Amino acid sequence: MKTLKRNGLTLAALGMSAFLIGCEMPPPEVTQNGYRGLAMHQNYNPRLLQQSLDENVPPEAIPAPAPGGPLAKDLYKNVQVLGELTVTEFNRLMVAMTTWVSPEQGCYYCHVNEGFEYDGIYTKVTSRRMLQMTQDTNANWKDHVADTGVTCYTCHRGQPVPAEVWVSDPGPGQPSAMAPTGQNIAAASVAYSSLPYDPFTPFLSQDNDVRVIGDTVLPEGNRRSIKQAEWTYGLMMHMSDALGVNCTYCHNSRSFMSWDQSTPQRTTAWYAIRHVREMNNDYVTPLGEVLPASRKGPLGDPYKIYCATCHQGAYKPLYGAPMLKDYPSLSAPLPEGGTAALKAQSEAQAPAAAEEEAPAQQAKAEQPAAPAPAAAPAEEEAAPEPQAAAPEAAPAEEAAPAQAAPPAPQQQPMQPPPLRYPPPGMMQYPPAPLQYPPPPANR
Amino acid sequence: MAMLSFEKKYRVRGGTLLGGDLFDFWVGPFYVGFFGVSTVFFATLGTLLIIWGAAMGPTWNIWQINIAPPDLSYGLGFAPLMEGGLWQIITICAIGAFVSWALRQVEISRKLGMGLHVPFAFSFAILAYVTLVVIRPILLGAWGHGFPYGIFSHLDWVSNVGYQFLHFHYNPAHMLAITFFFTNALALALHGSLILAMTNPQEGEPVKTGEHENTFFRDFVGYSIGALGIHRLGLFLAINAAFWSAVCIVISGPFWTRGWPEWWNWWLELPLW
Repeated sequence: MKTLKRNGLTLAALGMSAFLIGCEMPPPEVTQNGYRGLAMHQNYNPRLLQQSLDENVPPEAIPAPAPGGPLAKDLYKNVQVLGELTVTEFNRLMVAMTTWVSPEQGCYYCHVNEGFEYDGIYTKVTSRRMLQMTQDTNANWKDHVADTGVTCYTCHRGQPVPAEVWVSDPGPGQPSAMAPTGQNIAAASVAYSSLPYDPFTPFLSQDNDVRVIGDTVLPEGNRRSIKQAEWTYGLMMHMSDALGVNCTYCHNSRSFMSWDQSTPQRTTAWYAIRHVREMNNDYVTPLGEVLPASRKGPLGDPYKIYCATCHQGAYKPLYGAPMLKDYPSLSAPLPEGGTAALKAQSEAQAPAAAEEEAPAQQAKAEQPAAPAPAAAPAEEEAAPEPQAAAPEAAPAEEAAPAQAAPPAPQQQPMQPPPLRYPPPGMMQYPPAPLQYPPPPANR
Repeated sequence: MAMLSFEKKYRVRGGTLLGGDLFDFWVGPFYVGFFGVSTVFFATLGTLLIIWGAAMGPTWNIWQINIAPPDLSYGLGFAPLMEGGLWQIITICAIGAFVSWALRQVEISRKLGMGLHVPFAFSFAILAYVTLVVIRPILLGAWGHGFPYGIFSHLDWVSNVGYQFLHFHYNPAHMLAITFFFTNALALALHGSLILAMTNPQEGEPVKTGEHENTFFRDFVGYSIGALGIHRLGLFLAINAAFWSAVCIVISGPFWTRGWPEWWNWWLELPLW
């Protein structure tokens, strides 16, 4: 009896430790982003959060160059994108790009023996296109990147190829009597669930409809299936994992589809999906012509962008550290007059939004109040490419008027919804915890 | 109220835990006792507070009435009455009523000279509730982690807590709890149908006995656990269902902050492969 008890105890202890083997210790850090009692919380393990915060610190900015001097296009040959910069600005950016993208390989990663203007190496052609992509992102996708913007470092982090990229995945290719399903392996791309492991090809390259739920209360002709829902969930798992958040960061799970019960973050994510899709289709995929096989997947498509490419586990890349403000040459396609002209434009546009630390959502909320008539023409100038965010904002795919357009920035995202459960007064999202954790600059 | 012929001999004095002889009497068929009084007190106060909270709230719609816990910012302190304080008091009332009820079961068991199986089993239900509204909130550092009191609102809470961990069905304790709940339901269905069949024989036939029960199940599944055994099995299944429910929620958050699918990486990372 005694032995039995001892053995039992040992077994129980072993069982408990096996059970707890992967577990963490309380208390975690939790932030609330819904009405009290709604359990819309983000949970962080303090140790892992600290690790992530340490990993997501931007490098020191190179001191700003002295103004004036000759233009790069006059002094150098074959400067197609940055020609309007002064030579000092231009060289500063080149040095910065080298530290961001190819610190080990140096200038020669892109510029080879035939001369600095030589375009015969794929890295140089790619860099130019990536510069255009960065400028386009910062100028035309503020619904996604706000005024924080992105730089090369946001994704590259000192590596020629960002740590997180995706290619179309043909699957593990195991011999099996079953037809390949595209799912049912513990795939890291979908947070180790059994969901389809390549939701990126259909949603971030092709523009399949992410929404699967019907537009009507009763099932009237919605032919989308549970299997399709699994692809959507696969994409959502990736988004959660990439941003270090859970489903309740954007959704109130009682109704994933309804915009009036979702948090403002979901609006940003809606634009983000379209933005990433555009970057992949307009910038990355066409580069497949010049990229070597080492930059492509098994199906021959180049390494592409998804949420994790920039976010890398943070709800805002680099926890919202405003890197772009130190490199204004990346903030938009350069007009005649270079960065000085850009600066004049942005000052005319939104004097109030100059505070760099204004969080993205606040800046967005300010916009409806801001557009004074005088600012409007300047705004048009600043967006020379009209295929920007605004036309995109009228999505054909969400045609149902009831919950159609995601609250475009002109709308107040926190407008009280029509009388539903929970009552309007209970559906306020306190904005403060959403800016958590604070950017490194504020810590 | 009329008393059953054999009831008198069970109405014995003593066996109380608290209050001595003071509350040792019956009202109609109901034993009172100290814990009967405290049960009524807490249950009435709690219910009235819920009704009062509903009156202060925006709706009388029974589905939408919602008594929510405080914001997380209040931590483990007291919140203003209309900002979660009411939830805190109602929680105290609920625990008071549930625990009183269990202790009343103990007193009755002692009077009858029987084992404490009934309060023991019931205490697992209380454990599950206390885990939700006391243990887990304390481990997480805020009362705001308790679930709100409302028909729809508590379902929203359940749903959102599940999605806080991306896919709750990957929670190992949740898997166990579900399995125990389902098995419990299966055992109850098998047992209940058997008893109904035995006590409702064909016309002209006598009511069947345990021999028939055993024979049926030996033919049916090759084994009969027996008349006593099925109740032990039921107790085991039900207690485990409640216990693993409590475990599955207390590990979600305090002991694991990421998606539950990811937890299973310990399996993928075993040096075995």
